[in-house]
Amino acid sequence: MEHLVIIGNGISGVTLARHVRKLSDKKITIISAETDYFFSRTALMYIYMGHMTYEHTKPYEDWFWKKNRIELKKGYVKTIETKSKTLHFSNGETLEYDKLVIATGSKPNKFGWPGQDLKRVQGLYSKQDVDQLEKDAPNKTVCKRAVIVGGGLIGIELAEMLNSRNIPVTFLVRESSFWNGVLPEGESEMLNRHIRSHHIDLRLSTNLKEIKADENGHAKSVIIEETGEEIECDLVGLTAGVSPNIDFLKSTDIATSKGVIVNKYLETNIEDIYAIGDCAEQQEPVGNRRPIEAVWYTGRMMGEVLAQTICGNKMAYNPGHWFNSAKFMDIEYQTYGWVFGKKGRPEYEKHFHWKHSDDTKCITVAFHKDTNIFLGINTFGVRMKHEVFNRWLTEQRDIDYVITHLKQANFDPEFYTHYEKDIISEYKNQFAISYSK
Amino acid sequence: MNHIHKNMNTPKPSMSLTKPEAFDLSGKQKLSTAIGILGLIILALAAFNVNFPYKPIVLTAALVMITAGVVLFTNDLYLGKHPGIKNDGVMFKSISSRGLWAWITGIALTSFYIILYFKAAWLGMGTDGANNTGLVALFDPLSRLLNGGQASQWFVYGTLYTVAILVFGYKFLLKYRHNRYERLRTFSVMFFQLAFAFLIPEFMARLNSDTFSLPYYDLKNIWPLNYYNFEQYRVDSFISAGDIGLALLIFGILSIFVITPILTFKYGKRWYCSWVCGCGGLAETSGDAFRHLSDKRQFAWNIERWVVHSVVVFVTLMTTAVIYSYLGNDSSKYWLTKSTFLISVATLLTVVFALVMIFKRDQLAKDAKYGAIGYFIIIMVLIGMHYLNGSNLFLFKAESLRQFYGFLIGAIFSGVIGTGFYPIFGNRVWCRFGCPMAAILGFQQRLFSKFRITTNGGQCISCGNCSTYCEMGIDVRAYAQKGENIVRSSCVGCGICSAVCPRGVLKLENDSMKGRINSNEILLGNDVDLMDLLNQK
Repeated sequence: MEHLVIIGNGISGVTLARHVRKLSDKKITIISAETDYFFSRTALMYIYMGHMTYEHTKPYEDWFWKKNRIELKKGYVKTIETKSKTLHFSNGETLEYDKLVIATGSKPNKFGWPGQDLKRVQGLYSKQDVDQLEKDAPNKTVCKRAVIVGGGLIGIELAEMLNSRNIPVTFLVRESSFWNGVLPEGESEMLNRHIRSHHIDLRLSTNLKEIKADENGHAKSVIIEETGEEIECDLVGLTAGVSPNIDFLKSTDIATSKGVIVNKYLETNIEDIYAIGDCAEQQEPVGNRRPIEAVWYTGRMMGEVLAQTICGNKMAYNPGHWFNSAKFMDIEYQTYGWVFGKKGRPEYEKHFHWKHSDDTKCITVAFHKDTNIFLGINTFGVRMKHEVFNRWLTEQRDIDYVITHLKQANFDPEFYTHYEKDIISEYKNQFAISYSK
Repeated sequence: MNHIHKNMNTPKPSMSLTKPEAFDLSGKQKLSTAIGILGLIILALAAFNVNFPYKPIVLTAALVMITAGVVLFTNDLYLGKHPGIKNDGVMFKSISSRGLWAWITGIALTSFYIILYFKAAWLGMGTDGANNTGLVALFDPLSRLLNGGQASQWFVYGTLYTVAILVFGYKFLLKYRHNRYERLRTFSVMFFQLAFAFLIPEFMARLNSDTFSLPYYDLKNIWPLNYYNFEQYRVDSFISAGDIGLALLIFGILSIFVITPILTFKYGKRWYCSWVCGCGGLAETSGDAFRHLSDKRQFAWNIERWVVHSVVVFVTLMTTAVIYSYLGNDSSKYWLTKSTFLISVATLLTVVFALVMIFKRDQLAKDAKYGAIGYFIIIMVLIGMHYLNGSNLFLFKAESLRQFYGFLIGAIFSGVIGTGFYPIFGNRVWCRFGCPMAAILGFQQRLFSKFRITTNGGQCISCGNCSTYCEMGIDVRAYAQKGENIVRSSCVGCGICSAVCPRGVLKLENDSMKGRINSNEILLGNDVDLMDLLNQK
């Protein structure tokens, strides 16, 4: 029986294992050094906030794995001997495989800041990170102030977490407005205001120079690059993005760059070795997608596709229309298709922007300036249907159609106020287009 | 003793690992709790036979203090924060994480229920026409005001129950002030409790005289939840009360056989369980803080299906036996005789069973077998009843059967366990494992209703908030992460899964029956060919 070994028990590796089990009778082993069982990484923040316990974050009950004959092994893979197809663990154990899948995810970025490896300086990615945070920042007496470095999705999660325990937060963001490398101006500015309304000390266009230590080797303050200001703190969160967690492959003959280099079939340069999820780097990215996609959904999709290949139906990773979602404190965000911020926006992409007067809801619709074809939508504070936008993108609807049919895409709970009328009149205002309904 | 600490910064080891001090109550919250508890202490003192003068004032003071305690607590907890999900610290707080306070509350509530059901005299209930004393006497003035008579232990209970739904309803309204579905639903349960369960029956009692008497009737309390609705004394009473009584009796029958199926078809069982029902009303308001304690394991689901459906079988047989026992044999006296009645029950069950087996067999899958077992048990017992032609159902008299049901299901299950153990087992134990009404509505919801919880394409991140906060113990995530609609008989449509979802994945909807139950191998967003390959069935 062929032995499939998967390193990493995150969403990519687990999705792969589940689908391989559905399609075949192969022996499957999943290895993790992080936890005994699969949990939802995206839910880590809720453990610290007390919305859930760690147990609640496990999507499958513990008996699931045995029942589906998926072996779970806890261990840290130190290196891989590709010639003999053998894994070497840090405790000296070995394990042989027939096919190997690397799904080791990411690790938090560190950009060489002085003091970045001090105690009470941490990222937010793993179960261990949350456990550490619980120890170092249990309340505002122990942690009188925290400084977060890096204004992305994880940074704002960490800010929300600390805020839930009334720990004062200073949030250092390199960009001139929160996440404006991705989001258009109107949205990004709305989020600046939302973050500040939670009493978070948001510092835009601000870089970290260094982290200073006290006599115990604990972080005690940070120095701001631009002003030289020193901010005292008991915790520093490094949330300036993530990069593939592949250090253990450096000594092997598996080709890597930032991530594990894979072709569109998710194959590495070594036969029978594949890489999926955050740690994979596409040689030829699909469409507007980045070579490394560190997103829950793409990890899952790669797992779904690779299961086909491994079970004999060779398939390329060719995902459909881009989508993603997040939640910024109290504001939910969904995106379908492509909407670019200032950075990297194609010259043909034009935007329609609507914002509700309560400053917690807005949408941005991107369209082609010549053809008026709908390119994508960002929606904040209004839930929209994935299926509908997916269809409209495939059908290449124009913006008039999308705006006038927006009601079909609404996914807010029953009895919620609808904003389509508002949006349509704002659209007419901005573009002075007359059209028939 | 040596009191030198190595590091002054170290948090006290007491409970800090399991309960970060960050989630301690604020000063105002402690004060509000104290005010509320003081109100409860007044009631407790009355129960211990402290004889208060000025009863109307003391009772008002107690109820106002309880209300003020909850309202002030709520305001301090939520008003300073943005509208949005408010579950910070739920898993750390003692009361909501099966800590010491949860056990104290659970034991106190359970004891209260046991005394209420079995030792009402301890509460001061006057027996054999004697005057009330103690706690019950404290409620006499309010009882006289509403229905003109003395209070009973049930009046005390009804008042406290209503106050609980109203004050914790206020808390829920503030907690979910951003969510109109939740607000409307909560206004609804508060209204139905206050008007239908509390005031209207009391006013109806006022109409009673020597010549006209209606039984106590909460109109929204439908058989089989209201398992005693068709007992002889009630039916006699309805009939002897003339047109109004007859109308009420007919309403009671229509409620379960006509109104309920129509509304459940259109809206799912939520129209009742989380918008109207009193048990649901208490669970959604006072019980809200405990909703995450429901057991999500598949094991619990298996138990649930066996237990709740057994209760349906039990209540059907019990009610049939009770009605059978007081009907006559002579069709010239009254058209509904013992045998006509048995044949009608058997026919109705057979029609329902046949229709389900013919049209919905595939949806029932292996549960069809269990349905058939239940059906045959009932039919065999009905036949047995006919041939034994007495009031005996096998070895039991119909009356003892009713008493047994009333004790085991009506008192122990719905009261002592169902509500008393809120802080330990969660707020819907009764609704999930015991309520025959919920089981019947659920059966229809699963097979013949427009209601479902729709999932949103590929947006689920498996975080588990939905499953965690499902009071019915449904593993919502298991469906959402497969892009599968949730069509479960137990779902009461509280809408909290949708509310707590951080990614906008879940929506409660009434839509067409077609494609209501789906299931995907591959979620939306992936390779179109791959999705087609695997999802076409």
